[in-house]
Parts: sequence; C-alpha cells; structure tokens
Amino acid sequence: MTLEKTEVSLIGVAVALALLSLVAPNWLIFTTTLAISTALVVMGVVMLMRAGLVSFGQGLFYCLGGYAVGLGGRFFGITDALLLIVLGVAVTVGVAMILGLLVTRYREIFFAMLSLAFSMILYGVLVKSHGLGSTDGFGVVDWTILGFLPGSGESSSRIALLMALALALGVALFLNRYFRSSIGLACEAIRENEVRVEYMGISRKQVLYINYVIAAAVGSIGGSLTALAAGHVDPTMAYWTVSGEFVFIAILGGTGHVAAPFIAALIFTLVRTYAIELAPNAWQMILGIVLLLIILFLPKGIWSLFTRKKRVAS
Amino acid sequence: MTEILKTTGLSRYFGAVTAAEDINVTITEGEIVGVIGANGAGKTTFINMVTGYLASSSGTIEFGGKPIKGLGPRKLMRKGLTRSFQIPQLFLELPVIDNLAIALAAADHQQFQMIRPVHTTKRLEAAEEILAQMNIAQYRNEMVTAMPQGARKLLDIAIAMLGSPRMLLLDEPTSGVSMEEKYTLMDTVMEAVRQRGLTVLFVEHDMEIVQRYVTRVLAFASGIVIKDGPVDEVLADEKVQELVTGKPKTPKTEGGA
Repeated sequence: MTLEKTEVSLIGVAVALALLSLVAPNWLIFTTTLAISTALVVMGVVMLMRAGLVSFGQGLFYCLGGYAVGLGGRFFGITDALLLIVLGVAVTVGVAMILGLLVTRYREIFFAMLSLAFSMILYGVLVKSHGLGSTDGFGVVDWTILGFLPGSGESSSRIALLMALALALGVALFLNRYFRSSIGLACEAIRENEVRVEYMGISRKQVLYINYVIAAAVGSIGGSLTALAAGHVDPTMAYWTVSGEFVFIAILGGTGHVAAPFIAALIFTLVRTYAIELAPNAWQMILGIVLLLIILFLPKGIWSLFTRKKRVAS
Repeated sequence: MTEILKTTGLSRYFGAVTAAEDINVTITEGEIVGVIGANGAGKTTFINMVTGYLASSSGTIEFGGKPIKGLGPRKLMRKGLTRSFQIPQLFLELPVIDNLAIALAAADHQQFQMIRPVHTTKRLEAAEEILAQMNIAQYRNEMVTAMPQGARKLLDIAIAMLGSPRMLLLDEPTSGVSMEEKYTLMDTVMEAVRQRGLTVLFVEHDMEIVQRYVTRVLAFASGIVIKDGPVDEVLADEKVQELVTGKPKTPKTEGGA
C-alpha cells in the first residue's frame, strides 16, 4: 500500500508537531492536546454531516469515552492509557450499536433532536449520580503508558500530546481512505438521493448505521484523550452546548477534507482562549460573529480556502 | 421466448380512488414494450408497483418466474429488475464520475469497502465506457447540476444499466427534453439496450417515439389496460384514440345523429 500526498502531509504535520512539543510551553501543549481531542469528536460530526445528518448529541460519545477512562481507572484499576482508550471505544461502540438502530432511521431535525435527547439523558443520569461526583465529576487516576509512568506536569502533558498526535494521525489516515472509499461515497450519495441509492442495490440503513457507529468510536477517542489530558471528567461533556460546539467547529472547518476539523478545532480553541481573555463577558458574541462570517463568506468552511486556491492555480 | 415479467390482477387503490385495477400483463424476454395513457391513467403507478416503489393493494407480480411482490428496490435490483425515473434520480452535488463509481461499486457488491478507493482502474474504465456509449463523456468531471436535462436522463438510465439488469423500466425517458434531442436520446438508449439484450418497458407520451421504438404497446385509461398488442394495432384502436392519443373521432353521418 503506497502513501498518498495527503497521507504524507498528515504524517509530516504530526511529526512536526511532535518535534515542536519538545520546545513549546506547557500551556500550548495542553491547548493543542485539547484541540486534537476535540477535532476527533468533530471528525465524527463531519462523518455524519457528509451523510446529510447533523448530530447535536455527539457529546454523548465524547462523554462515554471520558467516563470510561475515569471509571476504568477508579473501579477496575486500569491505569494503562491505551487500555483505557480501548475500553472507552468498546463501551461507546456497544452503546452506538444499540442507539444506531433507532436514530439512523431519522433524518434532519428529528435525527438532530434525537441525538441531542440521548446525550441529555446521559447528562441527567450523571448529574444525579452522587457516587460519580454529580455535577463536579471526578478526577482521573494517574495513568501509565505501556508500563511507563509519565509523572506530572510538563512531562505528562507532552506525553499526552504525543499520544493524541499518534491516535489522531491513525484516525485521520483511516478516515482519509474511508471518505474516498465505497462506503464514504455511499454516505455522500445518501445525503444527495436516498431513492437512487436503494435502486443501486445499496442499503442506506446499513451504510448509515456503520457510519454512525464509527463516528461514535472516533468521538469516544476524543473524550478519552480529553480525560487523560485534563485529568478530570464531569457531566458537561454530555451537555448539549458541548455538542453544539462540535457542530460549530465542523461548520468552521467544512467537510471537504480530513484535515479540516483539526485546523478548525485549533482555531476555535485559540479564538475562544483569547476571546475569553480579551472580553470575558462577550466571548460568546465573538465566537458567534466568527461563525456568522464563516457562513456568509466561506459556506463550505475554512478548508474551502485551500480548495479555491488549488482551483485558481489549476 | 421466456416469460420475464407477469402481473396478475395487480391493483392499487388510494382510498376510494382507483389508481390501477386488475392489470394482467405478461412480457417476454427481449421485448421492447411501450406504456401509453393520459395523465393519471395509471402508467407510473403500474411501474412503481412493479419496481417496489409502491405497494400494490392486490394481485401478484412475478419476475423470472418467481414472485417479487413486496420486495423493495434493493432486492429487485439484485434480481435484475431496475428502472429510471421521470425526474432523474441522481446525486446532484457529486461529479458525474462519482455517480457512476458508486453504482459500479454497488454492482460489484463492494459498497461497504472502507479502505480501498472507490475509483479503481476497472471502475473508471467501465465508467468511461458507458459515458462514451451514452454520449455524455464531456460531463465526466462536472457536477450533475451542470448537466442539461437530456444528459441527466441519459446518466440516470446509464446508472440503471450498470447493475447488469435483465429488465429496464423507463419512466418517460424523453419528458423535459427538446424535440431535437428526443430522437438522439432514444437512439442512444436503444442502442445501449440492444447491446445488453435487455427487456424494456417504457412509459411515453410522444406517439412518434412509441411508433418508432416499440413493438408492443399497453394502453392505460382510468387505471386499467384497455388495449395490449402490436403498436400499429393499438394506436389504430378507436378506444385508444378516444381515451389516450386524443385523435378526433370520425364524424358520424348526419342521418345517424
């Protein structure tokens, strides 16, 4: 299997970021880790959007991934980060396989609201679970990676970033192929015309179901990485405004390329960080204006800037 | 010749409205059959029932000697029964080549493939072949939205033919196409059909097209088949002329009034 140009670029960027992390300040390392984790969840939202579905409940899988890490360490004594992430993915895939049977039967606002409803059910359950810290959540155990204890502070942050980069690279490489595979194109075809898809002999239900479950798994990795990096989980991970942020970032980046959610998540995280610092009472307004400008001038997201440039050049 | 499609007592009611009633039709392999009738006569209802788009109220449908009533479009396509639409059903915001690539992947039963690109060399060659055959190769990399109506019709039919069907049902293939383009379009379609040895059933309003391309005609009126037979015989039938083709009746003699 030969590497394509996009794949070489993705590997190059990941290696460059890994090298930069050796000299970058701790706050930037932490911010980048969170942005990558967020981008993974957004990637799931983008997968659904490519199939014509907008999920306002992707926080459900983000939260499941995070809580699996927290609970795996707390109740099962698992400390290996990779094992905790695998646990998160397994739990999430199990839940998504059940929910997917129902939600993939719906479209448009009904899908959006149903996905939101399930994430809010989890939020409600967690808020009422006093053993899990209720609204405060709880701390994640000190994790190890392949038997190595990263310690605390900068070293831990750096290793969390390297782990996030490696996982994000793996997911991005997979999704880059997925988007251009038969099932990836079938998702876009479903968005365009379900009748024709069925008359081609393709089961739209099966395609949407598989896509939904994979999107959930990807979101779960994002949640697990956030929990490992932040060292804490709480019910707001499943709150609808968090899911709304994922949709916001997906629109910001666009659905045209696998790199778009990463760029958008980084921009979003930085804009939010500086907006909070510059205008503590109006930062949401700043984010709103940014989104408005994107919708007005770049309806296909930031990534369309690159494709437009390429088109002009050709 | 082998019998390919047989409907017995096929009916569809919408409440008190009869859309189609007691349709008994047998079509043999290789036939090119035209379906004519005024608007609301039941032509599209008939095609929709046969292709699993609409459930029938009663009656049976057999394809290749096996019952197919109740089967959805996907299963019918896999059995070799496919269709095109009056309004082409395409992926408008995707390039033409992608429209064909996904159809070809489905035809290969590779629609769930996650890693290999959908555009394999074999599929691209097959897509180029059918694009050239349908005279729409110039739109290869265009979005479907950039295609004129006639080209969209041809792409819709091309996609329908990709799954190696045995029988193709065409719903008004020339509607919305200019007079000049109609014959070119139909010549292209019929040549592709002939090469594949397909059985064709097509709904058409243009009697010149019907006379030129079909050997047998089913004439529908008020949901029933009023005449079934060779094209010249059906078009010459007085009842068909009165209810379908709209030709004026021969004036009666004054004394007879």
